[in-house]
Amino acid sequence: MSAYLQSLLGILLSAILTENFILVKFYGICPFMGVSKKTDTALGMGMAVTFVMGIASAATWAVYTLLLVPLDLAYMQTVAFILVIAAVVQVVEMFLKKSIPSLYQALGIYLPLITTNCAVLGVALVNVQKNYDFLQSVVYGVTGGLGFTLAIVLFASIRERLEDADCPKSFEGFPLALISAGLLALAFMGFSGLHF
Amino acid sequence: MNFKKQLKEGLLTKNPVFVQLLGMCSTLAITTSLFNGLGMGISVTIILICSNVLISALRKVIPSNVRIAAYIVIIAGFVTIVDLMLKAFLPDLSENLGVFIPLIVVNCIILGRAEAFASKNGVLASAVDGLCQGVGYTVALCIMCIIRELLGSGTFGGGILNGGEGITVIPEGYPAMMMVMPVGGFLTLGFIIAGSQWLMKRIEKKEKEASK
Repeated sequence: MSAYLQSLLGILLSAILTENFILVKFYGICPFMGVSKKTDTALGMGMAVTFVMGIASAATWAVYTLLLVPLDLAYMQTVAFILVIAAVVQVVEMFLKKSIPSLYQALGIYLPLITTNCAVLGVALVNVQKNYDFLQSVVYGVTGGLGFTLAIVLFASIRERLEDADCPKSFEGFPLALISAGLLALAFMGFSGLHF
Repeated sequence: MNFKKQLKEGLLTKNPVFVQLLGMCSTLAITTSLFNGLGMGISVTIILICSNVLISALRKVIPSNVRIAAYIVIIAGFVTIVDLMLKAFLPDLSENLGVFIPLIVVNCIILGRAEAFASKNGVLASAVDGLCQGVGYTVALCIMCIIRELLGSGTFGGGILNGGEGITVIPEGYPAMMMVMPVGGFLTLGFIIAGSQWLMKRIEKKEKEASK
């Protein structure tokens, strides 16, 4: 059991720091660039992604192990996963709207965007690739989402300060953001080698 | 339909990567050698042409409320085909690109072209649009690859030329490993987009002066 617990901790550490979803693995760059102009919206997006990634990794694990493998349809995983994710996002949206309106108000606008977030499909595919069991998949999904949140919030607070920066005209906006993201990625490289 | 104009848009004025800023994930992640870049670019181009053609052919059949879901299923189908073909015929490439091949499903370029072009235009025009945008994407990836590979591992054409080793340009010990790491992806793309913005402004200025 302790070896199993250790594997879970290892997944947690790598998903948040050493193999951060955005800065090391490059899953989910679009929302990282798109929704990172303000810290609060970045935090909202991060929470929404974490939430959906946790549920989606549980759902895709179930669909893969209980449906696709017994039916010998494992090669259809990409199609199946994207449908499951789209459905999960839709259900989460409806559920939040009905039962927790305050959370829906905070996350609502980000939810539709998440269907086409590579981080969510990416986590489902990696879970299959690495043969994770149910608990490991969910832990990887949730902690991957936390890693995403960490990176996007850090990046948003950097970008808020860059607003007033005096830089060459051609670097304004996107290029400057990319270069700062590069420096952030360089900082995250410092975590490599860290393990349990 | 204007092939020349569409090609110019795909390559320069509306380049999917450098100007529209779409499909960032794969652009940053896999551009470490020319082999990967070309492979990814060609895969995306094939999928883009196929999905554009099918979506354009079905544009009057698909109800508009569920169009996005329908597009995603069509795209996912073609992605699966390409994924399985690569696994069978180019296992090396499939290994290098890993999860980024199935992730083409959520690449905004393909869904973006489906929504912006294929759902409104005829089959032939959509095929041409897919080809032009795909070529633009491939060229952008290759530029990124050449720069990162040269600075990061000191070679040119790794995976293709010289029996897969690539031609060594910078001797061992000098290349900055950083450039083939994640950092290099961000930095290279940042500088290239800055360059393209500078170029765009210059072209605009010249056109204004010429019209005066």
